[in-house]
Amino acid sequence: MASRIDQDQVQHVASLAKLSLNDDQLKYFTTQLDEIIGLFETLNEVDTEGIEPTSSVSDQINVMRDDVADNWGQSEGLLANAPESEKGYIRVPTIIDESEDE
Amino acid sequence: MNFKTTIGLEVHVELKTNSKIFSPSPVEFGDDPNANTNVIDWGYPGVLPTTNKGVVKSGIMAALALHAQVEPHTHFDRKNYFYPDNPKAYQITQSDKPIAHDGWIEIDVDGEKKRVGIAEMHIEEDAGKNTHERDYSYVDLNRQGTPLIEIVSKPEIASPDEAYAYLEALRQRIQFTGISDVKMEEGSMRVDVNISIRPEGQKEFGTKTELKNLNSFNYVRKGLAFEEQRQQRVLMSGGQIQQETRRFDENTGETVLMRVKEGSDDYRYFPEPDLPALNISDEWVNEIGAEMPEMPGSRRQRYVKELGLTDYDAMVVTQTKEMADFFDETVKLGADPKSAANYLQGDVNAFLNEQHADLQDTKLTPANLAGMINLITDGTISSKMAKKVFKAITQGKEPKAFVEEKGLVQLSDPAKLQPIIDGVLADNQQSIDDYNNGKDRAVGYLVGQIMKQTHGKANPQVVNKLLIASLKK
Repeated sequence: MASRIDQDQVQHVASLAKLSLNDDQLKYFTTQLDEIIGLFETLNEVDTEGIEPTSSVSDQINVMRDDVADNWGQSEGLLANAPESEKGYIRVPTIIDESEDE
Repeated sequence: MNFKTTIGLEVHVELKTNSKIFSPSPVEFGDDPNANTNVIDWGYPGVLPTTNKGVVKSGIMAALALHAQVEPHTHFDRKNYFYPDNPKAYQITQSDKPIAHDGWIEIDVDGEKKRVGIAEMHIEEDAGKNTHERDYSYVDLNRQGTPLIEIVSKPEIASPDEAYAYLEALRQRIQFTGISDVKMEEGSMRVDVNISIRPEGQKEFGTKTELKNLNSFNYVRKGLAFEEQRQQRVLMSGGQIQQETRRFDENTGETVLMRVKEGSDDYRYFPEPDLPALNISDEWVNEIGAEMPEMPGSRRQRYVKELGLTDYDAMVVTQTKEMADFFDETVKLGADPKSAANYLQGDVNAFLNEQHADLQDTKLTPANLAGMINLITDGTISSKMAKKVFKAITQGKEPKAFVEEKGLVQLSDPAKLQPIIDGVLADNQQSIDDYNNGKDRAVGYLVGQIMKQTHGKANPQVVNKLLIASLKK
């Protein structure tokens, strides 16, 4: 069965995505992901000899805007859409601080 | 056993562009929370970021200031992680083709010059800011999307003092480009450090630890010095260093364990699909290079060679770009360079420290400083009177007008001074006798009398000359 990806890897990816999977789900998704990877492997049949690797499939390049500030005045609407807010802040459950820069 | 120390520094510099790196929201500090945010900053579905040309330009300027190679084909990558200050659940940064690589800066530790290599530098977006209270945490996304440059040194720094010198040199060069305020106390410069030691003769690096909470250059030096000693003690007693993150405690000067690292972080970087790649032409780099402000090293050389300043004076007036520009302007307006340098490092610095202000935020102008120095040089005022004039120019007053208004003009005209001297001499026969008997102290007394009669306005040099001539008659 699962040969291209194993349950440990799926468990790892799930925890990176903050998902908790039970044993049945773990088996189910391992099989599914294995099939998906298998499908992608058909791309290996394409001959890419002599083709430069690319980071993008778009042929656009150097799309930049000038450094001009423009406040769209959306903060009120955005805060109204937040599940909870207080005094202009987004209010969230207390964070146990594990951030990198603070 | 002797150990060799290896230090690597990662420095984040916040750019002072008008707008954010991927959205046109203003980059402003101190505004109401979330006031400077839009749908892009919040990572709403369906929005598209657009690269700010000014950020790319700043990146090229930083690269040139740090002698780095600009990458002609660069692009952004996604770094995936969850945190409430990061609304998209990824940070747009650069990973496999950063904007520049292989730079260096020269550092000077106790007269020993050394080049420290820069591995790479990349442009990226900052995250928002969380504040924590007992029942809730609060998120302000104003900082989300503020442009940053991260500068990664090569592991070529061999001591805490070298780390300090590297940060000083880096801060100064970036400050001179004008792309950032580079102030640690305001968060526009942030430093992450890692350090390892290995026995002399061993080729492989030792296991490194990472230090956090280093909020000044001095804490960086102290934290590294503590960590260097701690690692030595562990190894000397037969222990092993574990890969861990430690926090510097400002009160004790020690580092304390925060967490042990297990495996490397897994950020699943991939090329950012929402942003087209960038091709940076030599032409653009050259154009930016031609507009670059003169760097501190070259200014120091010019001040020593062309203006006759000492190395020390030249170093002091090139501490910040604003100071060096102020100095240049003052000298251009005719002020004696040595006096201008003296005033900048003396009275001006004292004034700035007292006011906790930056030069550019005060009312001092090069024109008024030059005006005051010229009044001293041409003998109009004494350096003692200049104290009052200096105070006036810190309040934005024009020195010449102030001097006239307050009658601070020095009395230098011999025709006016001679009668006063003659009068004082006529009243002080005893002092004349003392002088003739070789008591030079008598001169000081007589000068004091003349100063008293002129209410301190007499030019001491002229008085001295005239007085000695009269006594010798």
